[in-house]
Amino acid sequence: MDKWSFGLTLLVVGISGTFITLWLLGLVTELLKKAFPLEPEEKK
Amino acid sequence: MLETILAGISGLGSGALSLVSVAGLPNLIMLAAGGVLLYLGVGKNVEPLLLVPIGFGCVLVNIPFGGLNEEGGLLKTLYDMGVANEVFPLLIFVGIGAMIDFSPLLEKPSMLLFGAAGQCGIFLTLLLALALGFTNLESVSIAIIGACDGPTAIYVTSQYAPHLLGAVSVAAYSYMALVPIIQPPIMRALTTQKERTVRMPTIRKSVSARARLLFPIVVTLVGGLIAPKGLPLLGTIMLGNFMRESGVVARLTKASENEIANVVTLFLGLAIGSTMEGHAFLTPQTLAIFGLGFLAICLDTVAGVVFGKIVCAATGGKVNPLIGAAGISAFPMAARVVQVEGQRYDKRNYLLMHAAGANTGGQIGSVVAAAVMLSVLQAMGLG
Repeated sequence: MDKWSFGLTLLVVGISGTFITLWLLGLVTELLKKAFPLEPEEKK
Repeated sequence: MLETILAGISGLGSGALSLVSVAGLPNLIMLAAGGVLLYLGVGKNVEPLLLVPIGFGCVLVNIPFGGLNEEGGLLKTLYDMGVANEVFPLLIFVGIGAMIDFSPLLEKPSMLLFGAAGQCGIFLTLLLALALGFTNLESVSIAIIGACDGPTAIYVTSQYAPHLLGAVSVAAYSYMALVPIIQPPIMRALTTQKERTVRMPTIRKSVSARARLLFPIVVTLVGGLIAPKGLPLLGTIMLGNFMRESGVVARLTKASENEIANVVTLFLGLAIGSTMEGHAFLTPQTLAIFGLGFLAICLDTVAGVVFGKIVCAATGGKVNPLIGAAGISAFPMAARVVQVEGQRYDKRNYLLMHAAGANTGGQIGSVVAAAVMLSVLQAMGLG
Protein backbone atom coordinates (compact mmCIF):
# COMPACT_ATOMS: atom_id res chain seq x y z
CA MET A 1 0.00 0.00 0.00
CA ASP A 2 1.45 3.40 -0.93
CA LYS A 3 1.66 6.09 1.72
CA TRP A 4 -1.18 8.22 0.34
CA SER A 5 -3.61 5.28 0.30
CA PHE A 6 -2.52 4.61 3.88
CA GLY A 7 -2.96 8.24 4.93
CA LEU A 8 -6.29 8.78 3.22
CA THR A 9 -7.67 5.49 4.57
CA LEU A 10 -6.76 6.50 8.11
CA LEU A 11 -8.13 10.01 7.54
CA VAL A 12 -11.51 8.83 6.26
CA VAL A 13 -11.98 5.75 8.45
CA GLY A 14 -10.35 7.42 11.44
CA ILE A 15 -12.49 10.56 11.49
CA SER A 16 -15.74 8.80 10.57
CA GLY A 17 -14.99 5.94 13.00
CA THR A 18 -14.33 8.39 15.82
CA PHE A 19 -17.51 10.37 15.11
CA ILE A 20 -19.69 7.25 14.81
CA THR A 21 -18.28 5.67 17.98
CA LEU A 22 -18.75 8.84 20.01
CA TRP A 23 -22.23 9.45 18.56
CA LEU A 24 -23.16 5.88 19.58
CA LEU A 25 -21.72 6.46 23.04
CA GLY A 26 -23.79 9.63 23.33
CA LEU A 27 -26.89 7.75 22.27
CA VAL A 28 -26.31 4.93 24.76
CA THR A 29 -25.62 7.47 27.51
CA GLU A 30 -28.96 9.19 26.80
CA LEU A 31 -30.66 5.79 27.08
CA LEU A 32 -28.81 5.17 30.32
CA LYS A 33 -30.11 8.44 31.72
CA LYS A 34 -33.65 7.53 30.70
CA ALA A 35 -33.37 4.02 32.14
CA PHE A 36 -31.98 5.32 35.44
CA PRO A 37 -33.51 8.75 36.01
CA LEU A 38 -32.68 10.99 38.89
CA GLU A 39 -34.32 9.73 42.11
CA PRO A 40 -36.43 12.28 44.04
CA GLU A 41 -33.93 12.15 46.94
CA GLU A 42 -31.08 12.91 44.55
CA LYS A 43 -32.92 15.98 43.20
CA LYS A 44 -32.84 17.45 46.68
CA MET B 1 52.46 0.61 40.12
CA LEU B 2 52.72 4.13 38.66
CA GLU B 3 51.06 2.94 35.48
CA THR B 4 48.17 1.52 37.48
CA ILE B 5 47.77 4.79 39.37
CA LEU B 6 47.81 6.77 36.10
CA ALA B 7 45.25 4.37 34.58
CA GLY B 8 43.08 4.88 37.64
CA ILE B 9 43.38 8.66 37.40
CA SER B 10 42.40 8.55 33.71
CA GLY B 11 39.05 7.14 34.79
CA LEU B 12 38.30 10.41 36.57
CA GLY B 13 37.00 13.23 34.47
CA SER B 14 36.47 10.97 31.45
CA GLY B 15 32.92 12.29 31.16
CA ALA B 16 34.14 15.88 31.02
CA LEU B 17 36.81 15.04 28.43
CA SER B 18 34.23 13.28 26.28
CA LEU B 19 31.81 16.19 26.52
CA VAL B 20 34.30 18.80 25.34
CA SER B 21 35.29 16.69 22.33
CA VAL B 22 33.50 17.02 18.96
CA ALA B 23 31.76 13.69 19.52
CA GLY B 24 30.38 14.97 22.79
CA LEU B 25 28.74 18.06 21.28
CA PRO B 26 25.26 16.48 20.89
CA ASN B 27 25.37 15.46 24.57
CA LEU B 28 26.42 18.97 25.56
CA ILE B 29 23.51 20.47 23.62
CA MET B 30 21.09 18.00 25.20
CA LEU B 31 22.42 18.82 28.67
CA ALA B 32 21.38 22.39 27.91
CA ALA B 33 18.02 21.13 26.58
CA GLY B 34 17.54 19.16 29.81
CA GLY B 35 18.27 22.38 31.68
CA VAL B 36 15.63 24.20 29.64
CA LEU B 37 13.06 21.51 30.47
CA LEU B 38 13.93 21.80 34.16
CA TYR B 39 13.62 25.59 33.92
CA LEU B 40 10.23 25.31 32.21
CA GLY B 41 9.02 22.86 34.84
CA VAL B 42 10.42 24.60 37.92
CA GLY B 43 10.64 28.24 36.85
CA LYS B 44 7.59 28.50 34.61
CA ASN B 45 5.42 25.75 36.12
CA VAL B 46 4.90 24.12 32.70
CA GLU B 47 3.66 20.55 33.36
CA PRO B 48 6.23 20.26 36.20
CA LEU B 49 5.19 16.73 37.20
CA LEU B 50 6.35 15.46 33.84
CA LEU B 51 8.93 17.99 32.66
CA VAL B 52 11.03 17.81 35.84
CA PRO B 53 11.66 14.03 35.66
CA ILE B 54 11.95 14.17 31.85
CA GLY B 55 14.46 17.02 32.10
CA PHE B 56 16.47 15.27 34.80
CA GLY B 57 16.38 11.99 32.85
CA CYS B 58 17.66 13.92 29.83
CA VAL B 59 20.54 15.33 31.91
CA LEU B 60 21.40 11.90 33.33
CA VAL B 61 21.46 10.15 29.97
CA ASN B 62 23.67 12.77 28.36
CA ILE B 63 26.49 12.60 30.88
CA PRO B 64 28.94 10.27 29.11
CA PHE B 65 29.85 6.89 30.62
CA GLY B 66 27.16 7.08 33.31
CA GLY B 67 25.80 3.78 32.08
CA LEU B 68 22.25 4.54 33.21
CA ASN B 69 20.88 3.70 29.80
CA GLU B 70 22.83 0.49 29.32
CA GLU B 71 21.51 -3.00 30.00
CA GLY B 72 20.90 -3.19 33.75
CA GLY B 73 21.17 0.58 34.20
CA LEU B 74 18.44 2.44 36.09
CA LEU B 75 16.91 4.31 33.15
CA LYS B 76 17.03 1.32 30.79
CA THR B 77 15.40 -0.83 33.46
CA LEU B 78 12.62 1.73 33.97
CA TYR B 79 12.11 1.97 30.21
CA ASP B 80 11.87 -1.80 29.77
CA MET B 81 9.72 -2.14 32.88
CA GLY B 82 6.96 0.23 31.87
CA VAL B 83 7.41 2.08 28.59
CA ALA B 84 8.47 -0.66 26.17
CA ASN B 85 5.48 -2.75 27.28
CA GLU B 86 3.14 0.29 27.58
CA VAL B 87 2.31 -0.39 31.24
CA PHE B 88 3.17 3.07 32.64
CA PRO B 89 0.79 5.12 30.45
CA LEU B 90 -1.99 2.65 31.21
CA LEU B 91 -1.43 2.90 34.97
CA ILE B 92 -1.56 6.68 34.64
CA PHE B 93 -4.87 6.30 32.83
CA VAL B 94 -6.33 4.46 35.83
CA GLY B 95 -5.37 7.51 37.90
CA ILE B 96 -6.82 9.95 35.36
CA GLY B 97 -10.08 7.99 35.31
CA ALA B 98 -10.19 8.14 39.10
CA MET B 99 -9.71 11.92 39.01
CA ILE B 100 -12.20 12.86 36.28
CA ASP B 101 -15.80 13.74 37.02
CA PHE B 102 -17.77 13.00 33.86
CA SER B 103 -20.94 14.64 35.22
CA PRO B 104 -20.85 17.71 32.90
CA LEU B 105 -20.64 15.35 29.94
CA LEU B 106 -23.37 13.07 31.25
CA GLU B 107 -25.68 16.06 31.67
CA LYS B 108 -25.38 16.63 27.92
CA PRO B 109 -24.03 13.50 26.14
CA SER B 110 -24.22 15.19 22.73
CA MET B 111 -21.05 17.04 23.84
CA LEU B 112 -19.20 13.86 22.89
CA LEU B 113 -19.46 15.02 19.28
CA PHE B 114 -17.32 18.05 20.16
CA GLY B 115 -14.84 15.54 21.54
CA ALA B 116 -14.84 13.84 18.14
CA ALA B 117 -14.36 17.10 16.21
CA GLY B 118 -11.43 18.00 18.45
CA GLN B 119 -9.52 14.95 17.22
CA CYS B 120 -9.55 15.83 13.51
CA GLY B 121 -6.09 17.38 13.84
CA ILE B 122 -4.68 13.92 14.50
CA PHE B 123 -5.72 12.60 11.13
CA LEU B 124 -4.87 15.78 9.20
CA THR B 125 -1.40 15.88 10.77
CA LEU B 126 -0.90 12.29 9.71
CA LEU B 127 -1.10 13.41 6.07
CA LEU B 128 1.35 16.27 6.73
CA ALA B 129 3.83 13.90 8.37
CA LEU B 130 3.58 11.53 5.42
CA ALA B 131 4.17 14.46 3.06
CA LEU B 132 7.34 15.34 4.98
CA GLY B 133 8.71 11.86 4.35
CA PHE B 134 8.09 10.13 7.66
CA THR B 135 7.23 6.43 7.41
CA ASN B 136 3.63 5.30 7.90
CA LEU B 137 4.07 4.27 11.52
CA GLU B 138 6.23 7.27 12.39
CA SER B 139 3.50 9.49 10.97
CA VAL B 140 0.89 7.78 13.15
CA SER B 141 3.04 8.39 16.23
CA ILE B 142 3.60 12.06 15.37
CA ALA B 143 -0.06 12.63 14.51
CA ILE B 144 -1.15 11.32 17.90
CA ILE B 145 0.33 14.45 19.51
CA GLY B 146 -2.95 15.94 18.28
CA ALA B 147 -4.77 13.81 20.82
CA CYS B 148 -3.51 16.38 23.36
CA ASP B 149 -3.21 13.49 25.73
CA GLY B 150 0.23 12.52 27.04
CA PRO B 151 -0.40 8.90 28.05
CA THR B 152 -2.18 8.16 24.74
CA ALA B 153 0.71 9.68 22.77
CA ILE B 154 3.24 7.63 24.77
CA TYR B 155 1.17 4.45 24.42
CA VAL B 156 0.89 4.73 20.63
CA THR B 157 4.46 5.91 20.03
CA SER B 158 6.04 3.21 22.18
CA GLN B 159 4.22 0.66 20.00
CA TYR B 160 4.92 2.06 16.56
CA ALA B 161 7.95 4.36 16.69
CA PRO B 162 9.79 4.00 20.01
CA HIS B 163 12.77 5.92 18.60
CA LEU B 164 10.55 9.03 18.46
CA LEU B 165 9.23 8.67 21.99
CA GLY B 166 11.30 11.48 23.54
CA ALA B 167 10.38 14.07 20.93
CA VAL B 168 6.71 13.07 20.75
CA SER B 169 6.29 13.04 24.54
CA VAL B 170 8.01 16.37 25.15
CA ALA B 171 6.06 17.96 22.28
CA ALA B 172 2.76 16.53 23.57
CA TYR B 173 3.23 17.73 27.15
CA SER B 174 4.71 21.10 26.19
CA TYR B 175 1.92 21.97 23.76
CA MET B 176 -0.73 20.80 26.21
CA ALA B 177 0.62 23.32 28.67
CA LEU B 178 0.59 25.97 25.94
CA VAL B 179 -3.09 25.47 25.08
CA PRO B 180 -4.07 28.77 26.79
CA ILE B 181 -1.67 30.56 24.43
CA ILE B 182 -2.27 28.53 21.26
CA GLN B 183 -6.07 28.41 21.23
CA PRO B 184 -7.39 31.98 21.80
CA PRO B 185 -6.05 33.57 18.57
CA ILE B 186 -7.54 30.72 16.52
CA MET B 187 -10.87 30.99 18.36
CA ARG B 188 -11.03 34.74 17.71
CA ALA B 189 -10.03 34.40 14.07
CA LEU B 190 -12.73 31.85 13.31
CA THR B 191 -15.70 33.38 15.14
CA THR B 192 -17.66 36.61 14.93
CA GLN B 193 -18.33 38.89 17.90
CA LYS B 194 -22.00 37.81 17.76
CA GLU B 195 -21.09 34.10 17.91
CA ARG B 196 -18.72 34.62 20.82
CA THR B 197 -21.45 36.26 22.88
CA VAL B 198 -24.02 33.47 22.44
CA ARG B 199 -25.29 32.53 25.89
CA MET B 200 -26.14 28.94 26.75
CA PRO B 201 -28.74 27.90 29.34
CA THR B 202 -27.64 26.81 32.81
CA ILE B 203 -27.21 23.05 33.11
CA ARG B 204 -29.53 21.49 35.70
CA LYS B 205 -28.60 18.30 37.52
CA SER B 206 -30.24 15.42 35.68
CA VAL B 207 -27.96 12.40 36.08
CA SER B 208 -28.55 9.76 38.72
CA ALA B 209 -25.78 8.05 40.69
CA ARG B 210 -26.68 4.77 38.96
CA ALA B 211 -26.26 6.25 35.51
CA ARG B 212 -22.88 7.71 36.55
CA LEU B 213 -21.83 4.30 37.87
CA LEU B 214 -22.88 2.45 34.72
CA PHE B 215 -21.38 5.00 32.32
CA PRO B 216 -17.77 3.67 32.50
CA ILE B 217 -19.00 0.12 31.93
CA VAL B 218 -21.06 1.18 28.93
CA VAL B 219 -18.15 3.14 27.43
CA THR B 220 -15.83 0.17 27.92
CA LEU B 221 -18.26 -2.23 26.28
CA VAL B 222 -19.29 -0.02 23.35
CA GLY B 223 -15.81 1.37 22.70
CA GLY B 224 -14.12 -1.98 23.26
CA LEU B 225 -16.46 -3.80 20.90
CA ILE B 226 -16.07 -1.22 18.13
CA ALA B 227 -12.31 -0.65 18.42
CA PRO B 228 -10.89 -3.54 20.49
CA LYS B 229 -7.25 -2.63 19.91
CA GLY B 230 -7.78 0.47 22.02
CA LEU B 231 -9.33 -1.42 24.90
CA PRO B 232 -6.24 -1.09 27.13
CA LEU B 233 -6.57 2.71 26.94
CA LEU B 234 -10.34 2.86 27.25
CA GLY B 235 -10.53 0.07 29.82
CA THR B 236 -8.01 1.56 32.22
CA ILE B 237 -9.44 5.08 32.23
CA MET B 238 -12.92 3.65 32.74
CA LEU B 239 -11.71 1.31 35.49
CA GLY B 240 -10.44 4.33 37.39
CA ASN B 241 -13.73 6.16 36.87
CA PHE B 242 -15.81 3.12 37.86
CA MET B 243 -13.87 2.84 41.12
CA ARG B 244 -14.48 6.56 41.76
CA GLU B 245 -18.20 6.38 41.08
CA SER B 246 -18.73 3.09 42.97
CA GLY B 247 -17.57 4.75 46.19
CA VAL B 248 -16.81 1.37 47.76
CA VAL B 249 -13.09 1.23 46.97
CA ALA B 250 -12.03 4.63 48.21
CA ARG B 251 -8.59 3.32 49.16
CA LEU B 252 -7.95 2.01 45.64
CA THR B 253 -9.32 5.19 44.08
CA LYS B 254 -7.10 7.38 46.25
CA ALA B 255 -4.07 5.16 45.61
CA SER B 256 -4.71 5.30 41.85
CA GLU B 257 -4.98 9.07 41.72
CA ASN B 258 -2.19 9.73 44.20
CA GLU B 259 0.45 7.17 45.09
CA ILE B 260 0.33 5.02 41.94
CA ALA B 261 -0.03 7.98 39.57
CA ASN B 262 2.81 9.83 41.34
CA VAL B 263 5.27 6.93 41.33
CA VAL B 264 4.45 5.99 37.75
CA THR B 265 4.72 9.62 36.62
CA LEU B 266 8.22 9.80 38.11
CA PHE B 267 9.29 6.54 36.45
CA LEU B 268 7.65 7.46 33.16
CA GLY B 269 9.27 10.89 33.07
CA LEU B 270 12.73 9.50 33.77
CA ALA B 271 12.25 6.76 31.17
CA ILE B 272 11.17 9.29 28.54
CA GLY B 273 14.13 11.49 29.43
CA SER B 274 16.35 8.49 28.82
CA THR B 275 15.29 8.47 25.16
CA MET B 276 16.73 11.96 24.71
CA GLU B 277 20.36 10.95 24.26
CA GLY B 278 22.05 13.60 22.10
CA HIS B 279 23.16 11.49 19.15
CA ALA B 280 19.71 9.93 18.75
CA PHE B 281 17.62 13.00 19.59
CA LEU B 282 19.34 15.83 17.72
CA THR B 283 18.07 15.17 14.24
CA PRO B 284 16.08 17.25 11.74
CA GLN B 285 13.25 14.79 12.46
CA THR B 286 12.94 16.11 16.00
CA LEU B 287 12.42 19.67 14.77
CA ALA B 288 9.83 18.45 12.28
CA ILE B 289 8.03 16.58 15.06
CA PHE B 290 7.81 19.73 17.17
CA GLY B 291 6.45 21.67 14.18
CA LEU B 292 3.91 18.99 13.31
CA GLY B 293 2.83 18.65 16.93
CA PHE B 294 2.11 22.37 17.06
CA LEU B 295 0.12 22.15 13.83
CA ALA B 296 -1.82 19.16 15.17
CA ILE B 297 -3.10 21.13 18.14
CA CYS B 298 -3.91 24.15 15.95
CA LEU B 299 -5.83 21.91 13.52
CA ASP B 300 -7.72 20.30 16.43
CA THR B 301 -8.80 23.74 17.57
CA VAL B 302 -9.78 24.81 14.06
CA ALA B 303 -11.84 21.65 13.55
CA GLY B 304 -13.49 22.04 16.96
CA VAL B 305 -14.47 25.67 16.43
CA VAL B 306 -15.66 25.06 12.86
CA PHE B 307 -17.78 22.18 14.15
CA GLY B 308 -19.08 24.54 16.84
CA LYS B 309 -20.08 27.04 14.14
CA ILE B 310 -21.92 24.32 12.23
CA VAL B 311 -23.81 23.27 15.39
CA CYS B 312 -24.50 26.95 16.17
CA ALA B 313 -26.02 27.44 12.72
CA ALA B 314 -27.94 24.15 12.85
CA THR B 315 -29.48 24.98 16.24
CA GLY B 316 -30.43 28.52 15.28
CA GLY B 317 -27.71 30.11 17.38
CA LYS B 318 -28.27 28.18 20.62
CA VAL B 319 -24.71 26.87 20.92
CA ASN B 320 -21.68 29.09 21.40
CA PRO B 321 -19.09 27.92 18.84
CA LEU B 322 -16.25 28.66 21.27
CA ILE B 323 -17.30 25.44 23.03
CA GLY B 324 -15.78 23.55 20.10
CA ALA B 325 -12.28 24.53 21.21
CA ALA B 326 -12.82 22.56 24.42
CA GLY B 327 -13.28 19.37 22.39
CA ILE B 328 -9.55 18.71 22.57
CA SER B 329 -8.39 16.52 25.39
CA ALA B 330 -6.24 19.00 27.33
CA PHE B 331 -8.28 18.87 30.53
CA PRO B 332 -9.24 21.17 32.18
CA MET B 333 -7.18 23.90 30.44
CA ALA B 334 -9.24 23.96 27.23
CA ALA B 335 -12.51 24.39 29.17
CA ARG B 336 -11.01 27.27 31.13
CA VAL B 337 -9.81 28.91 27.92
CA VAL B 338 -13.37 28.81 26.54
CA GLN B 339 -14.75 30.34 29.74
CA VAL B 340 -12.17 33.14 29.71
CA GLU B 341 -12.70 33.88 25.99
CA GLY B 342 -16.48 33.87 26.40
CA GLN B 343 -16.31 36.32 29.29
CA ARG B 344 -13.89 38.55 27.44
CA TYR B 345 -16.83 39.60 25.21
CA ASP B 346 -19.70 39.18 27.68
CA LYS B 347 -18.87 39.29 31.36
CA ARG B 348 -22.10 37.50 32.27
CA ASN B 349 -21.62 34.60 29.88
CA TYR B 350 -20.99 31.40 31.85
CA LEU B 351 -19.78 28.71 29.46
CA LEU B 352 -17.66 26.71 31.89
CA MET B 353 -20.01 23.78 32.52
CA HIS B 354 -20.76 23.36 28.81
CA ALA B 355 -17.07 23.62 28.01
CA ALA B 356 -16.25 21.10 30.75
CA GLY B 357 -18.73 18.71 29.10
CA ALA B 358 -17.02 19.13 25.73
CA ASN B 359 -13.61 18.85 27.40
CA THR B 360 -14.40 15.56 29.15
CA GLY B 361 -15.90 14.49 25.83
CA GLY B 362 -12.51 15.33 24.34
CA GLN B 363 -10.81 13.17 26.96
CA ILE B 364 -12.90 10.20 25.84
CA GLY B 365 -12.64 11.37 22.22
CA SER B 366 -8.84 11.26 22.22
CA VAL B 367 -8.85 7.72 23.56
CA VAL B 368 -11.52 6.64 21.08
CA ALA B 369 -9.62 8.26 18.18
CA ALA B 370 -6.46 6.38 19.22
CA ALA B 371 -8.48 3.17 19.62
CA VAL B 372 -10.00 3.58 16.15
CA MET B 373 -6.57 4.30 14.69
CA LEU B 374 -4.98 1.26 16.36
CA SER B 375 -7.82 -1.00 15.23
CA VAL B 376 -7.62 0.24 11.64
CA LEU B 377 -3.85 -0.31 11.67
CA GLN B 378 -4.37 -3.83 12.97
CA ALA B 379 -6.84 -4.50 10.18
CA MET B 380 -4.21 -3.25 7.71
CA GLY B 381 -1.77 -5.77 9.16
CA LEU B 382 0.34 -3.08 10.84
CA GLY B 383 -0.84 -3.48 14.42
